[in-house]
Amino acid sequence: MKHLDEYRDAETARRLAASIAREADTPRRYRLMEFCGGHTHAIFRYGIEDLLPANIEMVHGPGCPVCVLPTGRLDMAIRLAKRDGVILASYGDMLRVPGSQGQSLLKAKADGADIRMIYSMLDALKLAETNPDREVIFFAIGFETTTPPTALAIEAAAKAKLANFSVFCNHVLTPSAIAAILEAPAVRELGAVEIDGFLGPAHVSVVIGSQPYEFFAEEYRKPVAISGFEPIDVLQSILMLVRQLNEGRAEVENQYIRAVTRDGNLRAKQAVSRVFELRRDFEWRGLGHIPYSALRLKDEYASFDAERRFDEPYIASEGNKACACPAILRGAKKPTDCRLFGRACTPETPLGSCMVSSEGACAAYYTYGRMREPTQ
Amino acid sequence: MNVASRPKRLAAHRLDLATGRVDLTHGAGGRAMQQLIEEIFRPAFDNPMLARGDDQAAFDVAAGRMVMSTDSFVVSPLFFPGGNIGSLAVHGTVNDVAMSGAQPLYLSAGFVIEEGFPFAELQHIAHAMGEAARVAGVAVVTGDTKVVERGKADRLFINTAGIGVVPPGVEISGDRARAGDAILISGSMGDHGVAIMAHRAGLEFETTIVSDSAALNGLVADMVAAVPTIRVLRDPTRGGLAATLNEICHQSGVGMRLDEAAIPVKPEVLGACELLGLDPLNVANEGKLIAIAPADDAARLLDVLRGHPLGRDARVIGNVIADPARFVRMTTRIGGERIVDWLAGEQLPRIC
Repeated sequence: MKHLDEYRDAETARRLAASIAREADTPRRYRLMEFCGGHTHAIFRYGIEDLLPANIEMVHGPGCPVCVLPTGRLDMAIRLAKRDGVILASYGDMLRVPGSQGQSLLKAKADGADIRMIYSMLDALKLAETNPDREVIFFAIGFETTTPPTALAIEAAAKAKLANFSVFCNHVLTPSAIAAILEAPAVRELGAVEIDGFLGPAHVSVVIGSQPYEFFAEEYRKPVAISGFEPIDVLQSILMLVRQLNEGRAEVENQYIRAVTRDGNLRAKQAVSRVFELRRDFEWRGLGHIPYSALRLKDEYASFDAERRFDEPYIASEGNKACACPAILRGAKKPTDCRLFGRACTPETPLGSCMVSSEGACAAYYTYGRMREPTQ
Repeated sequence: MNVASRPKRLAAHRLDLATGRVDLTHGAGGRAMQQLIEEIFRPAFDNPMLARGDDQAAFDVAAGRMVMSTDSFVVSPLFFPGGNIGSLAVHGTVNDVAMSGAQPLYLSAGFVIEEGFPFAELQHIAHAMGEAARVAGVAVVTGDTKVVERGKADRLFINTAGIGVVPPGVEISGDRARAGDAILISGSMGDHGVAIMAHRAGLEFETTIVSDSAALNGLVADMVAAVPTIRVLRDPTRGGLAATLNEICHQSGVGMRLDEAAIPVKPEVLGACELLGLDPLNVANEGKLIAIAPADDAARLLDVLRGHPLGRDARVIGNVIADPARFVRMTTRIGGERIVDWLAGEQLPRIC
């Protein structure tokens, strides 16, 4: 792990922090949105905000797959899991996310539903192979990083004629969410937030490349710095954004050059386009309905699509009305602006999805940063 | 020679230790159970109290304060690099007793065995228990065996209980940490949890990490002899360093400040944690301890720790502070600050 030490080096961090402080010593404010939950997590886990001057504000974005899934989709997963003969394979993060009426996958599991916590897509395939008399449904969530493995698994299942395997697909698209934050009327009505620049996703960009962000830089005059997940990466990217803003530039810059190219991973993108097509509409928690913002299985793979295979309808649900997750996901509120935060809603008793995932802004605030709040 | 006085073998044939398996008769209280005890458990634990064959062990009570603890072991897999459920069951309870500063003396062992469990594995595990007990200087003096139908337990569960005696003048408890005290740990964090996770079905990855499972009572004896003013001792098992320090903060009504750079984590453990999205400070240890002592005694305590094979990598990692919110705060490697919190939810079930 020598290569990791390099990106967590205290001396380098101090030097970068000094440069940021010097160059951001201007009368303006810098409101920078880190899109990705991975960055939110890194910012709190390493205490990066302690190294930034007061006029740089990090705004936490919606790039947390667990957080943006609307309650109605979680309800669907719970209904699927409760069907006779079904094994629902899910990543551990999803188990504690609250659905409607205080339901969760963890509670469904305690009630007798067969829900298995898995660490990789391959585990779900293995479950299907070893349980031929059961229906194995993989609860697929995530942005562009996790979509290619799901595509490859579906292709593998098709090739092996695995008749008892299907995917409950909740894969969503990063550029659509950024566009929604910048312009969608729905979001504007919900209360938009002024953002000066974006810290671009790390792993997502490995797959999709830096090219998709060029539109945002050109059309909305917002600088983008694609950033790795290590603390040195984040500090370097913040410095890049400060420089762009000081110089009046709005470009896509790539700090994460050790992994991200302009075109991304062609083979991964091809696998995704072989198996998936755009959904006409998908509801996001916090961002509302965004057209063409998510994926579904192509018709030729319909038998692997759990929604169609089990004819499970989407029923929209509001979730807890007092929960400020929707506004937090748009960057319009901070976790501590929510009156449930740290009181009724904690990682042990989450009332909103942002308190569940380690990539959620509320969980990051609570777990790593709540000593900053005088009221707590 | 008086043939009649020689203990008579109960069964006509010895257990087939190579290919035989436990069946329901081995827990039924009859001859088969007696045979299992005599051919597997008694030789492994070999001590006069057990050999008497009574339903209880009899021993004289030492003067002074006695401590008692119990722990159940359901670890999966049963065998892992650096130990197995048997050695772990001894180390776990010995350490729980020792964290009072006590010298552990006697253990009990209860086995819940799933029908079909191979004798060979049971013998292997029993021997590992016996060996771990001998190394720790404790005796397994009483026990129990139950066999349950297939599917009613996952292969083998073990419960151990232990008792020990606290040396005079030693007063160690989780509620005694005071602002200004130094916080020490005996070595690297996260080894046991990562060793288990690496070998868990469906999660196998290449790693050279070995569980740190070990009996800490020898180390504790050296520590309390040299520094009887130690206020708190605890082994950071489930929930890791983070959970244990938070427990102590709550018990003592204090806060803590740690220095991330001072906390040793092996590079392989860090790598595995990155891969699994875990924080090494939340990962279980089975052969490490946390010690809290007055700051003036910290240097001497560190010397004692480093002078013992199980404390070679010991460090001072921070200090106790006054904090009504009882937060464990940490200065991160890059100079920021964060809370070190309890883990929410279950990281991975059945780690011990």
